[in-house]
Amino acid sequence: MNKSLLTLTAIGLAGTLVSAMVTATTPEQDRETFQGYFQKRFPNVPVEDFANGAYALDPAGRENWEAIEEFPPYEAAIDNGKTLWETPFANGKTYADCFPDGPAMASKYPYWDKERGMVITLPLALNECREANAEKPYDYIKGPMAELNAYVAFESRGQTIDVKIPADDPRALEAYQKGKEFYFTRRGQFNFSCAHCHMGNSGTTLRTEILSPAFGHTTHFPVYRSKWGEIGTLHRRYEGCNKQVRAASFPPQGEEYRNLEYFMTYMDNGLKLNGPGARK
Amino acid sequence: MKFLRPHRCGSIALSLGALAIATTAWAADPPKIDLSGGNAESGKAIAMDRAKGNCIACHLIPGGESPGAIGPALIAMQTRYPSKEALAIQIWDATVKAPEAAMPPFGRHEILSKQEFADVVEYIWSL
Repeated sequence: MNKSLLTLTAIGLAGTLVSAMVTATTPEQDRETFQGYFQKRFPNVPVEDFANGAYALDPAGRENWEAIEEFPPYEAAIDNGKTLWETPFANGKTYADCFPDGPAMASKYPYWDKERGMVITLPLALNECREANAEKPYDYIKGPMAELNAYVAFESRGQTIDVKIPADDPRALEAYQKGKEFYFTRRGQFNFSCAHCHMGNSGTTLRTEILSPAFGHTTHFPVYRSKWGEIGTLHRRYEGCNKQVRAASFPPQGEEYRNLEYFMTYMDNGLKLNGPGARK
Repeated sequence: MKFLRPHRCGSIALSLGALAIATTAWAADPPKIDLSGGNAESGKAIAMDRAKGNCIACHLIPGGESPGAIGPALIAMQTRYPSKEALAIQIWDATVKAPEAAMPPFGRHEILSKQEFADVVEYIWSL
């Protein structure tokens, strides 16, 4: 990174990091910068523990959370999701006909589909399976989709995130870049980018709440949020974040959020999946 | 009557290569805010109100409950700012001085009404 650029943006760590990530860098360099930033910022957190969000930083919060995990609030969602997975469609087929390797498949998503020229996420693939079997698609943010997603996440626990950006299709890199741009763009009346809270100010407190580090954000979805009182998907959380900064949200599973998920999950490469999760 | 005239921030653009990180160039005219009618007591209520200023969410304020720790403590303001107007510019839009500032632009984005803005400035200036 050139020195004058660094000087220009040396207004705090986040600024420096952003500039490091937006000069001509490869996704792999971005990932190293991103993960290195958080490891430097939180030197006492073992890398794998970033999958636990704010609880990796806050011993008191962690104790409460671990107590909650004794009787996980997402358990019913996993059970319902399993039933949904196993119940045949009206045509007699099941999800297993679309996904022959079984439900332990979350680490295959999101991926770049070269033929269709778009990022395919797990909820999108599940709904496309339904539609291919003449079933109505589910709502993308909660309910049966979140439950099915919870079952797949549970069966996929322990898999290592390994999102790929195929070098032989420049549109894949473009989708990644769009996701990255979304992440660092200020929006809404409050004028926050995702990075303002979850990179530059991660670990500090908003009132009494600790802002979770961006590294690890995608590992544990869907999540049961106490605030929701139910399980919800990653794109539901995106909607909520956008609304919290008083910005217009985007459609769940629309191009914006799929590309954002592509970027964010790529940043988490190397972490293990640990969904579904329980959060405040 | 005192007016605020922060310099335009549209010219502050970071050269960030491929990604234009949005220090959005708002082409708004420099604001003209009358600070003379500010009421510190009303300003305090706004500063503590989650749906309004919510300064306490990020700043320690003497006497405020459950402060956040994202921004600096709001103490000794009159030793930290040369004038009430300089403080007001900071609250109007913190990115004027620091392009990467996380603080919402309470004036520029009309998060507060003009009266609320003057009240908050009066209150913070009194700390």
